[in-house]
Parts: sequence; C-alpha cells; structure tokens
Amino acid sequence: MALFRRTPIAPLEYSRTLWMRLWVGAVMVFLYAPLIVLMIFSFNDSKRNVVWRGFTLKYYDKALNNDVLVEALVNSLTIAALATLISLVLGAISAVLLWRFRFPFKGAVDGTISLPIIVPEICMGVAFLMFFAMVQWPTDLVWPFNLSAITIAHITFCFPFVTMVVRSRLASFNREQEEAAKDLGAGEWQMFRDVLIPHMKPALVAGALLSFTLSLDDFVITYFTSGPDTVTFPVKVYSMLRFSVTPEVNAASTILIVLTIVLTAIALKLQGVKAIAETH
Amino acid sequence: MAEQDWKTNKRVFAAVSLPTLLWTILFFVIPMGIVWIYSFGQNAGLNHIEISGTLENYKRATEVLYLGIFGKSFAVAALVTLICLIVGFPVAMAITFASEKWRPWLLLGIMLPFWTNLLVRTYALMIILGQQGYANKGLEALWGGTSWVKTLIGLQPLPTWEPAQLLFNNFAVVFGLVYVHLPFMVLPLYAALDRLDRSLIEASLDLGAGHFRTIMRIVVPLAAPGIIAGVMITLIPALGAYLTPDLMGGTDSQMIANVIERQFKKANDWPFGAALSFLLIYAMFILIALQSMRRKVPELH
Repeated sequence: MALFRRTPIAPLEYSRTLWMRLWVGAVMVFLYAPLIVLMIFSFNDSKRNVVWRGFTLKYYDKALNNDVLVEALVNSLTIAALATLISLVLGAISAVLLWRFRFPFKGAVDGTISLPIIVPEICMGVAFLMFFAMVQWPTDLVWPFNLSAITIAHITFCFPFVTMVVRSRLASFNREQEEAAKDLGAGEWQMFRDVLIPHMKPALVAGALLSFTLSLDDFVITYFTSGPDTVTFPVKVYSMLRFSVTPEVNAASTILIVLTIVLTAIALKLQGVKAIAETH
Repeated sequence: MAEQDWKTNKRVFAAVSLPTLLWTILFFVIPMGIVWIYSFGQNAGLNHIEISGTLENYKRATEVLYLGIFGKSFAVAALVTLICLIVGFPVAMAITFASEKWRPWLLLGIMLPFWTNLLVRTYALMIILGQQGYANKGLEALWGGTSWVKTLIGLQPLPTWEPAQLLFNNFAVVFGLVYVHLPFMVLPLYAALDRLDRSLIEASLDLGAGHFRTIMRIVVPLAAPGIIAGVMITLIPALGAYLTPDLMGGTDSQMIANVIERQFKKANDWPFGAALSFLLIYAMFILIALQSMRRKVPELH
C-alpha cells in the first residue's frame, strides 16, 4: 500500500487513511447495493428476484402498458410540478416576509410556517383527511382538478422547505444593492424582480429540486388524501407491494430512480455540484 | 442587518404576508385544529362524531397496550438514531477532510438516496433481506465457510443452513429505518464538522493526544450542536415512521404511526386516532423543547 502512495498522509487527512476509506466504502455499498440490485433485476427474465435468467425488457413493456400504473405516474408528476411551482412562489414570498419585515407576532408566524417540517407525516395526513372530509371537498372533478386535494396537501408540506432554503440565502444579501436599485429609480416590484430574484436563484433551484422530490416521494400524506380515482405512483406501488409483488414493480421503480438521477443531473448542470451540496 | 418595520411599507408587507398567512391558516392551522377538536369527541352513530369534550380518548391512550407501543416506538427510534450516529460520524469526518475535488461528490453520494423514493428504497431493501435475498445468500456462504473450517480443524461441522428470517420482524424495522435515515444524520454532522477550526485539532495532535482522544475530547464537544441537530433530524421522523414498520415489520413491530393509521383506515375510530396523533405531536414538542433548552443550535438544513 505505502509503496504506491505519492505523499505521506498528513495528520488531518482522515479520508486518506485506510480504515476510513473502508468505512465510507461500506456505507456507500450499504446505501447503493439494494438500489443497484433492484435495477439489475428489473431486466431479469424471471418471475422471482433470485436467479439471473437472461436479459429482457418485457417487464418494462408490461409496466408501460399497465394503464393504472402509467396514470399514477402521470398524476404524480403533475402533482409534483404544480406543487413545486406554487411552493416556490409561496416559499419565496414568505422568506422575504420573514427576512425583510419586523411585525407583531413574528415569532409565532415564523414558528407556524416551519411547523409542517417537524409535524409527523402521519399527523398531517390525518389532518388533511379530516379537513377535506369536513369541508366536503369535491372529489369528482375532471383531471387535473381531481388532484387538487393532494396538490394542496403537498404544497403545505413543501413550501416551508423552500422558505428555509431561500431565507438562509437571503441572509447573505447585501442591502446596499437594494438601496442602489432604489436610488437608480427602481420600484418595489422591479427591485424584487431584477435584484432579489437573481440573488435568490441558487436557493430557488435547490428549493425546486427539494419540493419536486419531496412531492414525488410522499406516500403517507397522499395515502390519506387520495381517493379511488386519484392514485399516485407511490400509492400504486404500495398496493402492488402489499398484494402482489410482480417484476413490474422493479421496472417501475427503476424508471423512478432514473428520473431522480436525471433531475439531479439537471440541477447539477444548472448550479454545479458545489452549490447543490452546500444548500442542504 | 436592520429589519424594516411593517408600517413603513404596508403595501409590500400585505403583498408578501397575505398569501403566506392565508395558506398556512387555511391549509395547516385549521386542519390541525380540526384534529385537535376531534380528539375530544366520540363516535355517535355510523357517520356522526359528537364533540362532547370527553377526555376518554386520552384516557384510553394511556392503557398499557398503547403506552407499550409508544415506549416501543421511542426505543426503536432511539436505537436507530444511535446506530445512524455511530455509522454516520466517520462518514461525515471523511467528507469534511476529503480533498476539494472529492468532497462534493461524496456529499452527492449521501444525498442521492435521500432524493430517491422512500417506497422504492424500502422495496429494494426487502429484496435484499428476503428469504432468497443476497443477505441470506451471504450469510449462507459465511455459514458454509465456518462449517468447512471447523471440519478442517477436526471439529463437528455446523448443522445445515436454515435461511434466516431477516424480514418481517423488529430487526428488519431497525435495519430499514437506519437505511432510510442515515443521510439525515450525515448531512447536519458534516455541516457542523465543516465549520470546525482545524488548528484546534492540529494543536491537540501536536500536544500528544491520539486521534481517538482528539476526536472524543475536541471534535465531539465542538461539533455538539451539529450532533444534536443530527440526532433530532433522525429521531423525529423515525419516531413517526409509518412505511418501514408497515412493510418490513412483523405483527409485533407496530409503531405509533401504524396504530394511528389503523384508527382511520380500518377501526374507523377517528376521535381516538386524533388523540393519538396529538400525543405524537406533543412528544415531538417535548423533544424540541429539550433540545432548545440545552443550547441554541444553528439553523437546520
């Protein structure tokens, strides 16, 4: 080992010591091996996830021809896109509110806005179930309005994360820029659009990625708010897992994993790996 | 940084405060309020719930059965947090002291599973841990190897391998929760370690302390806020976990979230479910209060 090393290990270069590398390697295997096995076996020509019996795409074919599954995936993506969009707006606005103004009951407002982050998912799910039952929220609307209850629930737990990310970004804003913009004749709206938004951009990208994945990921809250006609991808996969594990689930899961990787790659392309890593 | 008083610019204040406040009140405070009120109600007839101000639901929640489930949920969540801390701390150290080139990629490596669908990750783990999964295959190979070594040195070989039950029990729940929550622990730990003044570690090493002693006496106390943040971020979702105990647990691995779910989906006892939900929320509040009592921690990310 030592023969191949170009420079000796400095005392603080912990990540170059052997046991540290083994540890990190083992954790990475622990995190990724199940996902990789799942992806490999989605191409396996066998009903069971055990022995490799040759390459096939038939389970992808089956999954993509399963109308309920495809509909669930489309529903999930629609909800995630809508929830992300509105969460970005609400999150940016509330971050500006908490960053810029001093007002009565600010502590209480601040606390209430960030409460959905810590309230357990199951309690939020229960709350939405009761709320939508009580106000008799219509469930028989045409697509995509039948997804409104789920979308509302998703926005409620997504936007506080955007607020958090944007707010910590705003802390580094130089107020003199704001004054300069005003001196040069910019109105409030122009200042917001041309000065504040560009400054918030990295946080908005990170916040968008966060809310999209949170929304796409959510099972528990959706489980309590979805009706028989509004099945999302996680809810569908859950019922498939509960009642009949078929290799279709592997194929569908692989599609979702690939989607996550693509989204991450887009975010990386937009912001660079450092910026993304630092916002979390 | 001076904050502006809201009265100096009421128009802008209204524009940024009204949407937020309306949304939060309408879709968060009111639904939560409904749950709270229902927790003092009782079933009266098939589709009617009477809000009678009864404390019966809370009284029922303190029965041995439910107290046991609360206790078990806490024990499982605490164990998961401890394992995450032990496994995650060296990883956070490694990321902190990695070279500029590697650090973002290591971070990404930790974050990517966190972005992957929870259900998909749970399912992937179930494949590995199943009767015919690779975990069992690996253990079987190990068993076979030990047996072979034993015969080699003249001892009785081990009895034939029986596939271990790695799924649908408490072990699976803890394993699954660690798998899911590990990134939650590593990220705040990294954030805290990254802010550390490295010259303090160097000084400790120069003055003759070993690496282990330096970590225990210098790094851990300095990173305490981050460690506490990581513990909270792991403990709170683990306590309210629903999916992992539901899919990977056995009949005796129910956690509090599963009991709540049952009140709504099967037992149809909404008031009791509402009371249990609020007890869970109160437990969270107590945890958070304990944390903030100890020390002001930096913003969690």
